[in-house]
Amino acid sequence: MPQHNRKVEIGQMDEARAAEITAEGIGKTFGAFRALKDLSLDIRRGEFLTLLGPSGSGKTTFLMILAGFVDPSEGRLMMNGKDITNIPAEDRSYGMVFQGYALFPHLTVEQNIAFPLKVRRRTPSDIKRRVGAMIERVGLGGHEKKLPAKLSGGQQQRVALARALVFGPSVLLLDEPFSALDKNLRAMMQEEVKRLHQETGTTFVFVTHDQSEALALSSRVAIFNHGELLQIGKPQDVYERPASRFVAEFLGEINLLPLEHVSRNGSGATGRFEDRAIIFDQTAEKIGHEAVAAIRPEHMHLTETPPAGCNAITCCVEGTTYLGALTKYHLKTKTGTQIAVSMPTAAMSSFHPQKDVWVSWPTREGFLLPAGK
Amino acid sequence: MIAKPSGKFLLLAPLLLFLGLAYAVPFLGVVRWSFTLPEPGIGQYKAVFSDPLVRSVFLRTLRICLIVTVASLLAAYAIAYVWVRGTRTQRMLAEFCILVPFWISVLTRAFGWLALLSNRGLINTWLQAAGIIGSPLALARNELGVIIGMTHFLIPFAVFPIASAMRSIDERVLLAARGMGASRSRIFWTVFVPLTYGGLIGAALIVFVFALGFFVTPAILGGGRSVMVAELVYLRIFQSPDWGLGAAISVILVLFIAALLALMRRFIKPAHLIG
Ligand SMILES: Nc1ncnc2c1ncn2[C@@H]1O[C@H](COP(=O)(O)OP(=O)(O)OP(=O)(O)O)[C@@H](O)[C@H]1O
Ligand SMILES: [Mg+2]
Repeated sequence: MPQHNRKVEIGQMDEARAAEITAEGIGKTFGAFRALKDLSLDIRRGEFLTLLGPSGSGKTTFLMILAGFVDPSEGRLMMNGKDITNIPAEDRSYGMVFQGYALFPHLTVEQNIAFPLKVRRRTPSDIKRRVGAMIERVGLGGHEKKLPAKLSGGQQQRVALARALVFGPSVLLLDEPFSALDKNLRAMMQEEVKRLHQETGTTFVFVTHDQSEALALSSRVAIFNHGELLQIGKPQDVYERPASRFVAEFLGEINLLPLEHVSRNGSGATGRFEDRAIIFDQTAEKIGHEAVAAIRPEHMHLTETPPAGCNAITCCVEGTTYLGALTKYHLKTKTGTQIAVSMPTAAMSSFHPQKDVWVSWPTREGFLLPAGK
Repeated sequence: MIAKPSGKFLLLAPLLLFLGLAYAVPFLGVVRWSFTLPEPGIGQYKAVFSDPLVRSVFLRTLRICLIVTVASLLAAYAIAYVWVRGTRTQRMLAEFCILVPFWISVLTRAFGWLALLSNRGLINTWLQAAGIIGSPLALARNELGVIIGMTHFLIPFAVFPIASAMRSIDERVLLAARGMGASRSRIFWTVFVPLTYGGLIGAALIVFVFALGFFVTPAILGGGRSVMVAELVYLRIFQSPDWGLGAAISVILVLFIAALLALMRRFIKPAHLIG
């Protein structure tokens, strides 16, 4: 069967049916505890938005509010310009993949996937056709008659995805769908979800606390902490230009150097770390006299002599960790700031520093963050 | 200190000894009577299956037990639902209703029902006083009375396995069904109830097996007019000196119950029955 026909069969969304949702000042309190604080964000039509944050940051609570299972204490939700704050979950009927899958344990794979179609009173022949196409699509052929308990974790995950997508929902919500899978299976399912997103064109809202997963999958990432939305943007933007130290640290390893005498300089800035001048090609508008230089370890290099045309500081090697392809160097500056740099193991085979080494990075790569916590 | 396996058997010994002395030995005696009284042979077993009176008692017993089982299950399902999924107050109330009957003896409860249901009992008196009925309704001293009394006694035993099954349902599965647009009644009938089938089967077997051996309640509320198997055994042994037939009926009843219990073990884990 030609590819475009199959898409239609599994309930492919035309762009217009994928929903856009706007959260306006959403707050949620449980007793005296504020789980979400004044949260406003746009979920764009057909995008893959990831909600990322540490445990307890309110991601699930927000997703449950989007789904309609939990009522917000404040604020409102708009879908395609209409207020849906008071519409119950059963009438919003978004697709949802729960943490732990929540398959119907008494129904076979086929019956699980058919459930939302039966609810919608589709004809038996229509149900059969769509369920068959969906099973094909998620690679569950041959398992139609099995009960969920007889399936592996990855297969259960696929049933959950199939069940959530089979009725062509305008939004698919996924709450940490891969947290129970091992690393390889996880990578495979991530590819699969990405593909399903592209093929269906549906709006996906995906919750995770795994930053690499968030960066790999999303059109945009929203970073949560303590019930607040800290930053939202494309993966590159939030990774390379985090607005706060928390976001910078949460998205991956980062080296932070406290600077003095920071001053703006055209579109860039300069500052002083120990006895070295540090240069930034670009910086945010507002930056104080004291700030923190933030540099991702993959942008830093180790050399025995000072390189030219880069920012560079001296450190002593405190230890190394062998990571296979990479070797991680644990370094310390004169004033005691810790730095970690990962270098390709192959390139460093002749590198046996006896004393101080130079750590350098291009002036376009570092960025400034406000001083303080 | 943790007891060794052999030590643990020792802990069970008093119970085993008691069961042996109080049940196994006398039962073997009963088995012997069934084959030896009044004369050796299997005549008594033939009689059980050919005697129309005995047969009708067996049929009545089965009928009453089935009705009682269905009625208890329905009531227990409602109570268990409130107990597991109700608000705090509702739960406490349900728990109270489930536990109170355990503090009152079978005998007291049977007489209590008699006071309510008999011709000059509360219900008939009130209905007559209110002019709703002319002559008293036949609520007791018949099969209906037996069924009411037995159901009341057995409901709590059905509640535990059902509530246990309800408790083990993953809340997210119900949420998932809602999220897919299912109405509350559809979720109840196509998701919630099927997920409690195990508990229902366990409850049905417990209630049915208990009901088969009921003696006090049918004797009091049946008023001698709807004799069940246990009462028949009693009558054969104590009122007509027909020990052989009484013994044969007992043996058949015990074997039937043993078969049902074996069936039950295949369907559910014992832990589910306690809840
Ligand atoms: N029903 C509730 N009653 C009281 N507190 C709740 C309730 N639901 C969530 N919370 C609290 O709200 C906070 C946010 O919870 P939430 O489940 O949204 O976190 P999360 O970001 O999904 O975390 P995780 O990554 O661990 O799943 C937590 O501190 C949690 O204890
Ligand atoms: Mg969560």
